Amino acid sequence: MSAKIGIITFPGTLDDVDAARAVPRAGGEAVALWHADHDLKGVDAVVVPGGFSYGDYLRCGAIAKFAPVMTEVIDAAGKGMPVLGVCNGFQILCESGLLPGVLTRNAGLHYVCRDQWLKVENNSSAWTTRFDAGAELLIPIKHGEGNYMADAAVLDELEGEGRVLFRYAGDNPNGSQRDIAGITDARGRVAGMMPHPEHAIDPLTGPTDDGLGMFLSALDALVAA
Amino acid sequence: MARVVVDVMPKQEILDPQGQAVANALPRLGFDGIAEVRQGKRFELEVGDDVDDATLERIAETLLANPVIEDFAVRRVDA
Repeated sequence: MSAKIGIITFPGTLDDVDAARAVPRAGGEAVALWHADHDLKGVDAVVVPGGFSYGDYLRCGAIAKFAPVMTEVIDAAGKGMPVLGVCNGFQILCESGLLPGVLTRNAGLHYVCRDQWLKVENNSSAWTTRFDAGAELLIPIKHGEGNYMADAAVLDELEGEGRVLFRYAGDNPNGSQRDIAGITDARGRVAGMMPHPEHAIDPLTGPTDDGLGMFLSALDALVAA
Repeated sequence: MARVVVDVMPKQEILDPQGQAVANALPRLGFDGIAEVRQGKRFELEVGDDVDDATLERIAETLLANPVIEDFAVRRVDA
């Protein structure tokens, strides 16, 4: 039986459909989760997709962190369930306290939408074992608030513990500190990233299939567990 | 009922690109002498008399502001 990966839909989520398409492509079963759900329907991992949950009112992710389903996700993440937040999902995981720091308005103020090269920094987290350290991936970005910020002590801790998953290669699109594009928690189970791996799973609909490695890695981790 | 104002501002050390954009627009409109602009948010709350200051602080720090990047100030004002 294939592992189940839950895909959360909040009001305003956009990328749940692509995430639900990526999971079976990697060999898993996608399970739809709704923001008002009080249980995770027996899933083995969760993807918090991108979009504009609750209209991004107040701050990106600030309302979503109180959604009933997020209470369940925070609890499950504490027990080691792999969780991936992409774009708005990354913002939600930061607001929820599952990941440190915060995503702020792009330094150039412009919304950026383009294919972006990333460098793999950490290939030992639950979501990145299929990549080679130092490899470069081409994955779409599309966000107005992807400027990763944390204080120097937090940044040093992330670097010292090898918790930076990806850095922007070439031009930094949003002013993110230390070119950070994605990070993981201390156990390497909860990951957040601004680029969209679910939009890069085949050459028909994306620039590459580089994003598929995220989902394959998580399924590897679940099978091994 | 009492009126409470919560001001939320980006921390001084945090880049505020929106405030910078406003500052850069002012000279173009002929307003000179503005050295810096920082942009924040103001919340106005109508609160019951049984809501104490400690509760208002918790409201500000758990929802209205993100303390990682923002400072906040809570004050009661005359209606």
